[in-house]
Amino acid sequence: MIISVASGKGGTGKTTVAVNLALTLAETESVCFLDCDVEESNAHLFLKPELKGSSKVTVPVPVVDEKKCNRCGLCGEVCAFNAILPLGEDVLTFHELCHGCGGCTLFCPTNAIREEPQEIGVIEWGNSGEIFHVQGKLNIGSPLAPPIVKAVRAHNVDRPQCTVYIIDAPPGTSCPVVSSVMNADFCLLVTEPTPFGLHDLKLAVDMVRELKVPFGVVINRAGLGYEDLADYCKAENIPVLAEIPFDRRYAKCYAKGGRLIDEFPEIKKTFRELRQAILVSAGRV
Amino acid sequence: MKELLVVSGKGGTGKTTIVGTLAVLAKDTPLIRNPVLADCDVDAADLHLILNPATKESKEFFGLKKAGLDRDKCDNCGECIPVCRFDAITSHNGIIRLDPISCEGCGVCYRVCPRQAITMEDFIAGHWFVSDTPYGPMVHARLGIAEENSGKLVMEVRREARRIAETLESNLIISDGPPGIGCPVISAMTGVDLVLIVTEPTVAGIHDMERLYNLAKGFDVEVAVCINKYDLDSETSADIEGFCHAHNIYVAGKIAFDERVVKALTRGEPIIMPRRRMSSGAQRTSSDPHSLPDTTARAIEELWTKIVVRLY
Repeated sequence: MIISVASGKGGTGKTTVAVNLALTLAETESVCFLDCDVEESNAHLFLKPELKGSSKVTVPVPVVDEKKCNRCGLCGEVCAFNAILPLGEDVLTFHELCHGCGGCTLFCPTNAIREEPQEIGVIEWGNSGEIFHVQGKLNIGSPLAPPIVKAVRAHNVDRPQCTVYIIDAPPGTSCPVVSSVMNADFCLLVTEPTPFGLHDLKLAVDMVRELKVPFGVVINRAGLGYEDLADYCKAENIPVLAEIPFDRRYAKCYAKGGRLIDEFPEIKKTFRELRQAILVSAGRV
Repeated sequence: MKELLVVSGKGGTGKTTIVGTLAVLAKDTPLIRNPVLADCDVDAADLHLILNPATKESKEFFGLKKAGLDRDKCDNCGECIPVCRFDAITSHNGIIRLDPISCEGCGVCYRVCPRQAITMEDFIAGHWFVSDTPYGPMVHARLGIAEENSGKLVMEVRREARRIAETLESNLIISDGPPGIGCPVISAMTGVDLVLIVTEPTVAGIHDMERLYNLAKGFDVEVAVCINKYDLDSETSADIEGFCHAHNIYVAGKIAFDERVVKALTRGEPIIMPRRRMSSGAQRTSSDPHSLPDTTARAIEELWTKIVVRLY
């Protein structure tokens, strides 16, 4: 079963929920944790995995053999990303813009272009207790996150058999998030009862509905007094599967890289109930 | 004309709240002429929630084209499937399916199709807006759900903000940045005069701040840091200050956690009211229900003063 934890708004508690949920599920399941927030992956700060391996993530980028190039300019026409530009006597390539579609290479009439792997990031894996942990890291300065997200998700294919995969998604609603949520069995949207939280939750709900993934909401920092959030969920028939109250002690535990379920028995209970609620919502019980 | 970008790396540190507050202060600062605001967090733009904009203009944003399939021409030969590197083309019971969400618009399938059954279609990937706020004109945007091209839309927002700033002979653009370090942040960051990183004293906050700082360094832009909610964990706050001193990063401000900030946001207001709305000579005091305890208001004013000194 694949559970993706997303939010829309940043800083609502995705990683906190994903980590504590993974630890709770690990009590009864074989869990694989996939940190897909490849721009700023944080789960390792809490799960503290012992990393055993890593591999580079690359995008195939064009390299032009000037001797074979006949300056026809077709590569520039073909490229939708302005990553290859015939300019006078030269063909300029901008590897950071390249999406690796292979078009220029495929259509070059003189076979003057070959593809070479350009590193854009890495994936790393290891164990955190019983949890198998995979994380992706975008190289600083590389713009394209989705290939790394896809690499993290693909990594579970020949791994030890896990029964549950927890995906920690990035904030937002655009392509890296979509890569983290698509084809999940269930999506948890973590929000907070503030105007920003509600506004961005609505965007996230639109995204998850478009991806046709069943979902439920977790309200983090509950009790701050903004009622519109709960009203919205009720009006839209969106199940609120858990509420974590605002509590400075929880914030302090998080600040230090601590695990809420280990320090607060009431939170341990909340996450066990959340585990049940997800399994029921996803029809797995 | 100067551009100030406020980013965080990690989400939820208080970027937008701080930008909204700086916008109010900028309007009150004689040195600043006709400030322009830009919300570059195009995935999940929130600045408008506290600045109460009145939309004047709305424009469509066309991202990359997307592949569309003409079923009348398609004979399901399947030649398109192996050339798509983005898993956007599949065959289901022998029938070809194009997934617009996965399609990245490269156009290879369009060129490969022997029946010319695929066309590349213009696609509205989002919208951008020019609005009036009590603190100056604001350019903001909304990227369509599941869309790419956030970097491109950020460039549009910045381009329009600069155009307006030039028309108004403004000397400041304040941009609310996106989280992360990927293409929208890179688009927001290139060529700005000062990047203010708003961070929080948590292990995640410091981790993300360091990555973001390295990104900014690569772009050769000046960086300053503001530690928000600094009293949440004084040890980690000290770690952040230590990092800043070690790397010669200017610590422009430290703001304590204040629940009243959240309450003000819930009312949909920037957390400092402009002086001109108050009776002349009035100071912001804690007895005013629309203001903050002196310490928080003062901390933000100090942050603003330091930013202005740094910029000009």
